[in-house]
Amino acid sequence: MSTVLGIPVPVILGQLTLGLVNGSFYALLSLGLAVIFGLMGVVNFAHGAFYTLGAFAALLGLQYLGINYWLALLLAPLAVGVLGVLVERLLLRHLYGLDPLYGLLLTFGLALIVEGSFHQVFGASGQSYPVPDSLAGALNLHFMFLPLYRAWVILASVLVCFGTWFVIERTRLGATLRAATENAPLLQAFGVNVPLLVAASYGGGVALAALAGVLASPVVLVNSHMGNELVIVVFAVVVIGGMGSILGSIVSGLVLGLIEGLTKVVYPEASNIVVFVIMALVLVLRPAGLFGRE
Amino acid sequence: MTVSRWTSALGSAFLAASPCMAYAAGEPVVIGDIDDTSGVYADVEGAGGVEAINMAIADFGGTVLGRKITVLSADHQNKPDIGASKFREWADQQRLNLLLGGSNTGVNIAMSKVAGAKKVPFIVIGAGGASLTNEDCTAYSVHYVYDTTALANGTATAMINAGGKTWFYLTADYAFGTQLQSAASKVVETHGGKNLGAVRVPLGAADFSSFLLQAQASGAQVLGLANAGTDFSNSLKAANEFGITRTMKPAALLAFLTDIHSLGLKTAQGLYLTTGFYWDLNEETRAFAKRFFAKMNREPTMDHAGAYSATLTYLKAVKAAGTTDSDKVMAHLKKDKINDMFAKGGYIRADGAMIHEMYVMQVKTPQESKYPWDYYKLIRKMSGEDAFGPITGLCPLAPK
Repeated sequence: MSTVLGIPVPVILGQLTLGLVNGSFYALLSLGLAVIFGLMGVVNFAHGAFYTLGAFAALLGLQYLGINYWLALLLAPLAVGVLGVLVERLLLRHLYGLDPLYGLLLTFGLALIVEGSFHQVFGASGQSYPVPDSLAGALNLHFMFLPLYRAWVILASVLVCFGTWFVIERTRLGATLRAATENAPLLQAFGVNVPLLVAASYGGGVALAALAGVLASPVVLVNSHMGNELVIVVFAVVVIGGMGSILGSIVSGLVLGLIEGLTKVVYPEASNIVVFVIMALVLVLRPAGLFGRE
Repeated sequence: MTVSRWTSALGSAFLAASPCMAYAAGEPVVIGDIDDTSGVYADVEGAGGVEAINMAIADFGGTVLGRKITVLSADHQNKPDIGASKFREWADQQRLNLLLGGSNTGVNIAMSKVAGAKKVPFIVIGAGGASLTNEDCTAYSVHYVYDTTALANGTATAMINAGGKTWFYLTADYAFGTQLQSAASKVVETHGGKNLGAVRVPLGAADFSSFLLQAQASGAQVLGLANAGTDFSNSLKAANEFGITRTMKPAALLAFLTDIHSLGLKTAQGLYLTTGFYWDLNEETRAFAKRFFAKMNREPTMDHAGAYSATLTYLKAVKAAGTTDSDKVMAHLKKDKINDMFAKGGYIRADGAMIHEMYVMQVKTPQESKYPWDYYKLIRKMSGEDAFGPITGLCPLAPK
């Protein structure tokens, strides 16, 4: 069996594949954060909470309303997106003229409230969401058995990520959105409803988080901490990619997933800090992030 | 001297005297509980633990030696410094008489140092690390519910008897995980098995599949899960998803009833595990469970039952000693037998280990489970001596 640095190649390939799965979650979550920061300048600390909300929406939808996985994949992000629009209209919009710290504090507070409430009602140990029957099997990749569901996660995430990138960077709607961030008063003068556009961006950003939550629910136990654990890593991913850079967040999400996967074979104890070490290096060498503009 | 100066002088004299007077007239007996109430271990004990302590106090009559009993509780957030400083604060400012330590071995080791320095009785409930009654023992520490030695003796022996000779461990990368792994490794070696390796996983990892593939690549027959709480549940869930449970038998070196409840029997069926208490063992345990369920809407874990029993045991010792003086109470704790719904003929050894029966259980299949929370079948009862093993001599208070 051929080896690299004493590690068998199939093992490395397996870990890279799994790294890609985890990277898919990072990419989806950091994409939402980047959209919100790029278009609104808000550091959305509630992102993890919206991810948790997405997962719980799927779980409760299944338990109480019999909503299946595929429908949840559509409805949960929609519901959470509407909630996001409400949050933006009722709370966030009052803070736009102020220091960005206020937005950060508000969203951080929201995150604590959501987590605390779910903890109070559902406890800490979490609940299982079944893998949908149509994705129950496994793929034989010869170097490993990849559960079909995890393959689906990669596919779904890549499609959604590049779809979002395309909309923002290559369509007229995206151009309007970007124009709103460059010069809102001018755009408003052209007759575009800028406040609506901003609210929709926030709703869209958190809907991406909720979508990641639904995708994650068959993989991990659904509990109040699931977002909290992930969001810190995702912030690091966004910083590495360049705050607000759409493509940067997608690419760095996937790449960091791969690097983390390799760390898990080479030195597992460091797997939960490797992303932060890279973040520190990037901040020293290229403070605006890999894809950010100075 | 004017009247107002007189009154103020009298007032300050009264103020200065009042704490002593209050103490003489029945300063409350203060029981503290420092636990993870918001993190990964919050369901294992957490709010249910505080409820169990209050149930014990109510059953005892609400007072001891004519003094009221009050309960303080705090969240240590799984951080040793928070646990230790809260304990110190209560000992200095709240006249704390007893501390019950919740989950997390790392935090409990830090708190045991405070117990030794402040001379406050300290009963560990939720943490598992056997070092608490070995290298880290103090004259005021008691380890009440279970420890890593007992878990390994129970589950590892059962696995080996069922044919699992070669082991690979998935270990939580902190004091508890490493102690549990080393205890299990010893049992495996003593029984002629082989330890093929281990991977140390950071606490609260988001994904376990990478580590599981490494375990599978080892070719071992048994997957030793030396972790707990959500980490345990998520690793077993992933092991099922990746089909690893088809080639390796998972061993739950520590699993709580709440974990099995989260996973569901479909995923957890067939698992061997070791526990100090099960709600459905006999009439007494069911009676306790029924009262607990009425308050918490779930069945109690071994930690909940242990917190109840430990509180009662302490109050009985205070009553017998006729004082809350730490040394006198400790002397009674280490002398008197413990008989309640949690332990039969239990006793606290010189090193602080509470020796009592432990149960090796197997998780039922969905077909075997007849009613809600009907999860375990009893495989073997272990005597306290078999479970906790002989005194090691590592604790200076208890020479071999």
